[in-house]
Amino acid sequence: MKIAIASGKGGTGKTTVAANLALALERQGSVVLADCDVEEPNCNLFLQMEYSREEPGVLPSFSCDISRCDGCGACARACRFNAIASLPDRPLFFLEMCHACGGCVLAWPHQAIIEGTRNNGVIRHASRGNLAFLSGLLDVGEAMATPLIRQMKKNLPPAEMVLIDAPPGAACAMIEAVREMDYIILVSEPTPFGLNDLIIAMDAVEELKLPFGVVINRYGSGDDALEEYCISRGVPIIAKIPYSREIAEAYSRGELFYNLFPELGKIVDDLAGYLREGGWKE
Amino acid sequence: MKVAICVTENKGLDSLVDSRFGRTSGFVLCDTETEECEYLSNEQNLNALQGAGVQAAQNVVNAGAQAVATGFCGPKAFQVLSAARVHIFQDCKGSVRDVLQSIREGNFSSSNMPNKTQGHW
Repeated sequence: MKIAIASGKGGTGKTTVAANLALALERQGSVVLADCDVEEPNCNLFLQMEYSREEPGVLPSFSCDISRCDGCGACARACRFNAIASLPDRPLFFLEMCHACGGCVLAWPHQAIIEGTRNNGVIRHASRGNLAFLSGLLDVGEAMATPLIRQMKKNLPPAEMVLIDAPPGAACAMIEAVREMDYIILVSEPTPFGLNDLIIAMDAVEELKLPFGVVINRYGSGDDALEEYCISRGVPIIAKIPYSREIAEAYSRGELFYNLFPELGKIVDDLAGYLREGGWKE
Repeated sequence: MKVAICVTENKGLDSLVDSRFGRTSGFVLCDTETEECEYLSNEQNLNALQGAGVQAAQNVVNAGAQAVATGFCGPKAFQVLSAARVHIFQDCKGSVRDVLQSIREGNFSSSNMPNKTQGHW
């Protein structure tokens, strides 16, 4: 079973949900948690696992064989990401803007574009008992999170339950993280910002035709608009994590509430059971 | 010399200089001696997700401009223009007419580094 934990708005509690869920699920079977929020991976602030190995994030890269270039400009015209400028004597590549689609290679009639690879981040691996963990980190100054996330998802170790901690938002990186999952958990908070961005994320996930449910974090703070919206749209609310000083204090110490407070742990256990049984299919 | 001047709206010589390069509304392409003008729209780059400066620079190069006049130029556009040996006049203000006069009087000097290095707008 593959589950992605996403949100529209950042800071709503994706990592809190993902890490606590990993602890609950590992009690009953093998779990792999992949922190795909590669611009700000912070699952391990809470898991505090020791990395055993790391691999470079590798993506296709392009350059020009000047001896074959006649300045026709086909490569620049093919690039939808404005990553190539074609000048009379040579093309200029802006690789940090390249989405590595390879369109320039296909478009170019004289085979002057050379395909190679480059690194733009790192993927770190750790494991402990039933739990395997990997964390992606994009290099500073890099904008292309999607190839790194794709690589992480391709190299997941086998496990009964896969948890993907997705990047916030509803753009390319989030889509890459949630696609081909069995179920999406959207974590939100009961604030106008939380609701606004949740609606955008719901629309994106619906477009992908993936089943999803909402976890309301900091439940009891803010207002009722989020809950009312979910009910009116027919979206199941699969867990409510209360607004609690205890949780915030534990968080500030880098501790997960699952092991600290049994009554809160039960919320996570119930959610883990729902996911394990594929509760949304009923 | 053919100069591409970033403008907010095409009003020929009376057009006002747009401070942005990559996301300018368009360019007035103008001969500094004859003051003959034509207009090059930049609409395709106004809402580009990324690379507006690179693409705008490409278009200006393709249009045969030998110089660009703008308020601010970012580093990638600057790199493209420099590689194509296009002169870059930054910190321009006023109308196309004012800019042409300043160029003719030698009041502008071609820049050797971009004056916009942070943020996007």
